Amino acid sequence: MNRFGYTRAGSVAEAIQAFAAHPDARFIAGGTNLVDLMKYDVETPDHLVDITRLPLDQVEDGTDGALRVGALVGNADLAYDRRVQERFPLLASALLAGASPQLRNMATTGGNLLQRTRCHYFYDPATPCNKREPGTGCPAIQGVNRNHAILGTSERCIATHPSDLCVALAALEATVLVTGPNGDRRIPFAEFHRLPDDRPEIDTTLAPGELITAVEIPAADFGAHHTYLKLRDRHSYAFALVSVAAGLAMDGGRIVRARLALGGVAHKPWRDPAAEALLSGQPATDDSFRKAADHLLSGAVPRSGNGFKIALARRAIVRALRQAAAGTPQSQTDKRIQ
Amino acid sequence: MTTVTPFVGTPRSRVDGRAKVTGAARYAAEFDAPDLAHGWVVSSAVARGRIARIDTDAAMAMPGVLKIFTHENRPRTAWFDYKHRDQTAPPGHPFRPLYSDTILHSGQPIALVVAETLDIARDAASLVRVLYETEEHATDLAARRDTAYVPPKKRSGIKPPPKPRGDAPGAFTSAPVQVRQESRVPAEYHNPMEPHAATVVWKGKDGIVVHDKTQGAQNSQSYIASVFGLSPSKVQVVAPFVGGAFGSGLRPQYQVFLAVMAALELERSVRVSLTRDQMFTFGHRPETLQIVTLGAGRDGKLVSVQHDAVAETSRLEDYQEVVVNWSGLLYRCDNVALTYRLAQLDVSTPCDMRAPGATIGVFALEIAMDELAHATGIDPVELRLRNHTDRDQNEDKPFTSKELRACYAKGAERFGWSKRKPAPRSMREGSELVGYGFATGVWEAMMMKSSARATLTPDGRLTVATATADIGTGTYTILTQIAADALGVPMEKVTTLIGDSSLPTSPIEGGSWAAASSGAAVDAACRSVRDALIGLARGLEDSPLANIDPDRVTVRDGRVFLTADPDQGLAIDAVMAASGVDKIELEETVLPDPKTMLTHAAYTHSAVFAEVRVDEELGIVRVTRVVNAVAAGRILNPKTARSQILGGVVMGIGMALEEEALHDHKLGRVMNHNFAEYHIPVNADVPDIDVLFVEEHDDKVSPLGVKGLGEIGIVGTAAAIANAIFHATGKRVNDLPITVDKLLDEA
Repeated sequence: MNRFGYTRAGSVAEAIQAFAAHPDARFIAGGTNLVDLMKYDVETPDHLVDITRLPLDQVEDGTDGALRVGALVGNADLAYDRRVQERFPLLASALLAGASPQLRNMATTGGNLLQRTRCHYFYDPATPCNKREPGTGCPAIQGVNRNHAILGTSERCIATHPSDLCVALAALEATVLVTGPNGDRRIPFAEFHRLPDDRPEIDTTLAPGELITAVEIPAADFGAHHTYLKLRDRHSYAFALVSVAAGLAMDGGRIVRARLALGGVAHKPWRDPAAEALLSGQPATDDSFRKAADHLLSGAVPRSGNGFKIALARRAIVRALRQAAAGTPQSQTDKRIQ
Repeated sequence: MTTVTPFVGTPRSRVDGRAKVTGAARYAAEFDAPDLAHGWVVSSAVARGRIARIDTDAAMAMPGVLKIFTHENRPRTAWFDYKHRDQTAPPGHPFRPLYSDTILHSGQPIALVVAETLDIARDAASLVRVLYETEEHATDLAARRDTAYVPPKKRSGIKPPPKPRGDAPGAFTSAPVQVRQESRVPAEYHNPMEPHAATVVWKGKDGIVVHDKTQGAQNSQSYIASVFGLSPSKVQVVAPFVGGAFGSGLRPQYQVFLAVMAALELERSVRVSLTRDQMFTFGHRPETLQIVTLGAGRDGKLVSVQHDAVAETSRLEDYQEVVVNWSGLLYRCDNVALTYRLAQLDVSTPCDMRAPGATIGVFALEIAMDELAHATGIDPVELRLRNHTDRDQNEDKPFTSKELRACYAKGAERFGWSKRKPAPRSMREGSELVGYGFATGVWEAMMMKSSARATLTPDGRLTVATATADIGTGTYTILTQIAADALGVPMEKVTTLIGDSSLPTSPIEGGSWAAASSGAAVDAACRSVRDALIGLARGLEDSPLANIDPDRVTVRDGRVFLTADPDQGLAIDAVMAASGVDKIELEETVLPDPKTMLTHAAYTHSAVFAEVRVDEELGIVRVTRVVNAVAAGRILNPKTARSQILGGVVMGIGMALEEEALHDHKLGRVMNHNFAEYHIPVNADVPDIDVLFVEEHDDKVSPLGVKGLGEIGIVGTAAAIANAIFHATGKRVNDLPITVDKLLDEA
């Protein structure tokens, strides 16, 4: 871990300024990922801009039933917020599927969006990694890759995005609110994270110096027809092999509208509106679910150690849609898969 | 006459529990010293080759950096290999940190940056630049299987496989039922909660005090003295608390070498702590490939047992453990052939890890036995009963005791084994398949030569001391119970001192022998003190105890009195004052009975029953119940004993379902070297675990009748879970850990 400077920002404007004043600054909030990466010499910032005192820690009602979540709202606070529990239970469920209580107490909403991959090679500076050091290569492609991506990969990077929250936010069609040297922007969630293509070192479409201020979530009309199903190598405190966020607007036994996003399979939460459209107007049957799953997974590429993820994801999608259709969302406290 | 409830045999909370939860108990990296300098280890990025250039200029230029040790400037250490060999070293050349430019494994320590603060040392370490000349390496055991060899020199204390008996291949060929199981146990790393660390306190001409993470303070002391050419009187190793070890603290590891080296060179106190990632750069349970073939009659009786194992070792040392012998021991069979071979890889030397060898070998045997039960249609417990043996056929000896059948019966009853439907995939609940699995466990029962000192003072306080360690097992507590019983004092009046090389000689704390060995030594020393006290009382002319037969005297509650008439007696302080002594201090040494060791075989046994639920579609496994019935002789403290078994079972769950060092064979490197990616069980993975101790009287293995519990809890657990998964799913997974990808049907 290198030495670095530190500024505690008193306002958003001050934070933006402080960041711009250093060639290699990072914003720090909960620090649950950044500090970890600094300890590994993966991140070596020359300056940290502490944003924890900024007034971005409120959950507020927006118009038309939307919810505006400040970037500094903690994961635990958000998961147990009454409005989230009542109106966005899918979000609460995804939050509680992630990390541990200690980490959820520290981690923030904005930081969660900016989590970096858990790829072993990215985390180990003794090895090459295109994401960490562009141009050095990707040993994961032929190495240890059972946790790696099957969709949207490139020959330069097969890393996955590790967040659970983001998978739910993708399904909920959230918008990321950012501000920066060039003013405010609203970024649709689907456009926030990017695929690795030939620039795997860039995770998101944030411009340098831009700061996430809030996430806006439009009203969801799934009622009880939602679920967050996370499959992993142990029953808690593990990153997803595959996770599924599903929400269904139902009319009797028929699906009116569907939202479906996958975690653990790509460099970003994986969504395909065409797969969701296949479910619209269809009966809530395994047959319908399988068709949507097959479409969502079309184009999946297995690597040496992660081919199982294709079958696992297919079945997880079917199970998740079954849970959503039945109105019996996966419990995150009972560790059995329903 | 009132009877005293002895402390031994009753459930007692840990005497050191409060110190541990309040932080008063100090661990190796928590000891402080004036002017303490901090070391940070730089680890090799490559698996094999040499360091062509190591550039420390930028790091040295950082203010606060004191010295950077590399192979180029390291101080001289002892020339001969034997000087670097510790008590548990396998045959070969012990690893010498910073010895030369040669790289022998990925993660090998190649430099130590010492600075005024930890932060500076760590920052500077990131500036050390290394240029490697790499050579082709090998870390894939399967690819090196054909290079396997029988180790030419045996490791001390490790029995090689017994000579074949009967004609195992021939008997197999003609056996009506034949079973063959190939299996693999991956490399696992001990990963105790407390990472390895050493704080070396520089005392000038008085030498050094070393706070090392070790299971053997005296082993560490003699290693340090020998390697650095110091008089043992100038090296004291003090490790009163050890935050888990599982065998990783048996050998002095490189943190203590580096810390001592730096302290001697800088003439200053130095601390070196390893990171969690660096905990993956030394000793581990060796990856082992096994083939077990069983031949049996239709009645399930074994006619042939063959067990072949190939285990990894390093290029330096022939690390060995007992993997296959269990297959000739556990069941009655007249035709047995066992082989154990090693293949060298470019890795660090493996190291004993909880029930070394047995965990691996019994797994292979017990999944094969489960297959045999399936093939013959005989209930798995019944199959073991039919093959039960009361003789160790490997050595043709009777057992000192063996209540394994009681384990089967009591465990099966508690578990509800009779509710098991025999056919695989025959039990289900909702979307989950339910499986019941069973396996036998076995481990050696050993006692080692051990000494202890007991000191009684007039205030009735008793201090007992022996060099052994408490690695979380409860050693402090059981020694306190034993001492309190021997002198009839409350446990609160006993102070137990351990984990210090200056205390009476004790073996390393491992092999499940600490309770039997140190326990017997403490008991003997306390009894001698008691006898001496009674002797003093008898020598007092005006005393009611004058010249009384010692057998008629009781020592209890601070008094010495006539057993038949407790009013007739004296307080301990009165006896000592009248005798003109201010303390009674005696040391005793105990040895295992040499005759029994020749004539008998001594083992602990267990029966492990596991229930799993497997999501049929998704392949997600839950272990929902475990019953472990253990026969381990006398149980000194049912509470700490239960904890020992619980810990073993939890580790067994990890072995079955989660633990695996994932190697990138191209880089020759373990890639999941942290707790986020190297999985061990979390609370959500651990079900209700029911521990039962069956009555077992053993008057041969040790004076206290104790057989030890540190390892038996893990043996058999992984096999019981694998067998339960087979029963649930009909799928036999013999490549550990049993992860979801191995259970997902192709459908």
